[in-house]
Amino acid sequence: MGFLTNLISGLSLGSVYAIIALGYTMVYGISKMLNFAHGDVIMIGGYVSFIFSMYMGMNGWISLAIAMVACTVLGILIERLAYRPLRGTGSLAVLITAIGVSYFLQNAALLIWGANPRVFPSLFEGVSTIHAAGGKLSLSPVSLFTILANIIIMIILTLFVSKTKAGKAMRAVSEDNGAAQLMGINVNQSISLTFAIGSGLAAVAGVLMCSAYPVLMPTTGAMPGIKAFTAAVFGGIGSIPGAMIGGLILGVIEIFSRAYISTELSDAIVFGCLIIVLLVKPTGLLGKKINEKV
Amino acid sequence: MKNTFKKFAIIALSCMMVFALAACGGGGGSSESSGAGELHIGGIGPLTGPAALYGQAVKNGAEIAVKEINEANPDGVQIVFDMQDDEHDPEKSVNAYNTLVDDGMQVLVGTVTSAPCTAVSAEAYANRTFALTPSASATSVVEGNDNVFQLCFQDPQQGQIAAEYIAKNFPDAVVGAIYNNSDNYSSGIFDAFKKALGEKGMSVAAEEAFASDDNADFSAQLNKMKNANVDLLFLPIYYTPASNIMKQAHDMGYAPKYFGCDGLDGILALEGFDTALAEGALLLTPFSADAEDEATQAFVSAYQEAYGEKPIQFAADAYDCIYTVYNCFNETGLGTDASMEEICEAMIEKFNGGFTATGLTASGDMKWAPTGEVEKAPKIYLIQDGKYVEQ
Amino acid sequence: MAERILKNISTRGLKNAVKGNEYRKEALISYGILIIGYIVLQLGASVGLIGKHLQGQFVPICVYVALAISLNLVVGISGELSLGHAGFMAVGAFTGIIVMRVLEPHLGIMPIRLIIALIFAAIMAAIAGFIIGVPILSLRGDYLAIVTLAFGEIVRNFMNVLYFALDENDHLKFAFNHTIDGITNDQRILTGAIGATGVTKAATFTGAMLLTAFTLFVVLNLKNSKQGRAIMAIRDNRIAGESIGLDVRKYKLMAFVVSAALAGMAGCMFGQNYSTLAPVKFNFNTSILILVFVVLGGIGNIWGGMIAAALLTILPEAFRQFADYRMLTYAIVLILVMIGTYNPTFKARINSVIDKIKPKKKKDSGKKNKKSKSGKEVA
Repeated sequence: MGFLTNLISGLSLGSVYAIIALGYTMVYGISKMLNFAHGDVIMIGGYVSFIFSMYMGMNGWISLAIAMVACTVLGILIERLAYRPLRGTGSLAVLITAIGVSYFLQNAALLIWGANPRVFPSLFEGVSTIHAAGGKLSLSPVSLFTILANIIIMIILTLFVSKTKAGKAMRAVSEDNGAAQLMGINVNQSISLTFAIGSGLAAVAGVLMCSAYPVLMPTTGAMPGIKAFTAAVFGGIGSIPGAMIGGLILGVIEIFSRAYISTELSDAIVFGCLIIVLLVKPTGLLGKKINEKV
Repeated sequence: MKNTFKKFAIIALSCMMVFALAACGGGGGSSESSGAGELHIGGIGPLTGPAALYGQAVKNGAEIAVKEINEANPDGVQIVFDMQDDEHDPEKSVNAYNTLVDDGMQVLVGTVTSAPCTAVSAEAYANRTFALTPSASATSVVEGNDNVFQLCFQDPQQGQIAAEYIAKNFPDAVVGAIYNNSDNYSSGIFDAFKKALGEKGMSVAAEEAFASDDNADFSAQLNKMKNANVDLLFLPIYYTPASNIMKQAHDMGYAPKYFGCDGLDGILALEGFDTALAEGALLLTPFSADAEDEATQAFVSAYQEAYGEKPIQFAADAYDCIYTVYNCFNETGLGTDASMEEICEAMIEKFNGGFTATGLTASGDMKWAPTGEVEKAPKIYLIQDGKYVEQ
Repeated sequence: MAERILKNISTRGLKNAVKGNEYRKEALISYGILIIGYIVLQLGASVGLIGKHLQGQFVPICVYVALAISLNLVVGISGELSLGHAGFMAVGAFTGIIVMRVLEPHLGIMPIRLIIALIFAAIMAAIAGFIIGVPILSLRGDYLAIVTLAFGEIVRNFMNVLYFALDENDHLKFAFNHTIDGITNDQRILTGAIGATGVTKAATFTGAMLLTAFTLFVVLNLKNSKQGRAIMAIRDNRIAGESIGLDVRKYKLMAFVVSAALAGMAGCMFGQNYSTLAPVKFNFNTSILILVFVVLGGIGNIWGGMIAAALLTILPEAFRQFADYRMLTYAIVLILVMIGTYNPTFKARINSVIDKIKPKKKKDSGKKNKKSKSGKEVA
């Protein structure tokens, strides 16, 4: 039963990674940049939701919606102010700017909300843990919902990207920016939309993550951000189902190595697995093969 | 070439702009001199980054003490307190220390966290700065440095006391422990605890570590505890991860009795924390904001008025540090024009010569061993109905 | 297509052949910065113009400059993005600390001990670089970046469970994942995540400066050698490089391993400057910090990276007067400087302002105005 409990914890953690990884992967797909500030958007989402549910007494779900709106706006703003001026100047300049934005968000949060950690009110306050198999197996509602939310988000997003006009435009831009522009697609709008969706999802990830692991601090988003980035690469960066599979596998590996190998070395094991996967499949599990143009 | 020059011109100029702004912003320090002069006390701690809450608590606590002292004796020695940020990084901490020395610091209250404090202690030893740290509890902080003293218990002392208490009061418990192995404080306590518990004929049935404070998922560790039937969980960690552990244990339907050290103090004041989760937990801490003595109550209300939150043990430690330094300085009979080195030697002599202090973090007197360790009576609190009750 | 490649190669080759004096110029500026920097700082310190605060940063500045130079070899000259440079620094730093402690009873002369420690640090870091460098051969671009990031995190994670100590006979003992029994505190060298404590400081400004000069010497010479030209040719066009018979794997690995060894030496010097050193110092943020130096100084521009490293090391310290707003200011300056240096329209704007001073459009207010002014003054 311990195995099953660990598996569910792993899937739940992995789902959080997967939702964050979606933001990385979509942004990477469309603008070929590593947005290291993404983890901190999660933290902002957590704080916004916390403020509205604790101080304004709102329902957790309404505050989640507000956090999504806030993060969406924040994502668009970041793209507009910090990344757009650097578009087309090589990925390194934007990468460093993203780091700058990450520092900025962390320190702004520190100034606004202070260094004292907050304990996040769970979305499922009052819903009790389900016990099965004579108390040996316990399923927390947060874990189950996180896994479910991940699947739903994945389905909606895949449909959006493949069926709707805006989604197709996004794919076109990520395929060939210049050609898309010639075809009359508004590239700026598509990129803004990608950032909006990614950041909105970051808010969801933030609230779900804080519901399961309730401590909220200005640095809360940093490590999950890096792990989710790893997950995105694991699955093949740029691929939406890849982000989901990468996230889930990463979460399960992390929990299992903690449970069965070593708690101290779990991060090393996770990153070691990543290296091995990339050695076997250089573009990640579901990544597209890069054709070299001559 | 031209482009690169331009680039640098831009960098240089934007830096200059900021410097100019900085120059305008600085220089706001109070310079009104009183009869007895000013004692410059420096502080170092993490004001930004993941450990910021400890540094900020120390800053706030120290500022309250400074304000009280300066208002109580307007004709006496006035304290000027300057707290510098070290981001919980030894490198930055040494930088902060050098800044303070440049700015004319005479006594150091710090550093807040252990690893940076170890680095600064070596510098302070070479430069002869007297240092009293409110909260850096590792043994390496004072090792080989005659000028550094600790106001808090050393880590092994805490582990020892905790083990003795458990062996006496819970001889039949199955003891487990989760500790932070990347933290001097946590692993220092745990090592001593394990050893002391062994000497009492008990053992740690399950021990698990985690590697940093932002490590949010404890389900694997808790599952192991649960499977080992641990009913008394020793948590020599800070309250932030502890609150996480309690919440996750609750979610998986696991409710051991918790036993923590001074790092656990503050858990009840954590915004949004369901205090029912910590019900029945025991903690070994020198300070509790719920204590009913007059001094604590006055401090807590002053703190709440100034900063809008309850003080944690770090703030109380800093408060005591400022008073201790101030009183000891007055006992030395030196004037405020004495140099950092003179003050250092005089205060070392006082501390080694049986100087005693009182404060919020000790029920009786505090004394110091020549090694720098503090000697004071420990206190154990029980969390009952959302309050700390002294045992 | 083939025509373009040929043209590419030939212009590149031509540049390399003809512009020998360009290299001379680069070397002149780089060494010049080092020598002038050393003299100015030494003089300033001895006269008393430079306070303790800046003096305390002399060694870290040298170390960061050396790191920026060595990372430039990978990012600028070899054209691969590395996010794990701090990992090599960690290997070097801890190797150095162990070697220094082991040699302490046997070798009294500090500088010689330090040189031996530096050599060992370089060897260990080079080995680490080789191990991680091999996968590089099959990876491209951002996938490579993530592997180096993963490597940095793995190194840090392993350091967290490594224990080293000297026993009574001064023999080195090693343990994994737990403390070593029967060892007193002062016999410990590394204690897991707590790292090293009680390190006797061996780093001096002169020593660190010599190390930086050595790093510069190695990188400039490599860049100006046949191998260096091969590395740059591969960076500019891998397929073209392959087609003219260059061994891509060999050259990429060469750049990577040399860079790792130099980073290890810098790390060793860094570790000898503080009485305590914990693995957490070598996290992702430090890797990124070094990368920031390189990018800000102009990718591939060695002396640019040197200046950027020195400036950005001092900058957060200079911001101490901002108190609580220090790191926020740093973040904003970083973003603005990046936009200021890389934004094409902004660059063009500066040029147009230089050409003919005319009122700017209403749309761009505030910071852009200020910036343009600064650009103007320089021009």
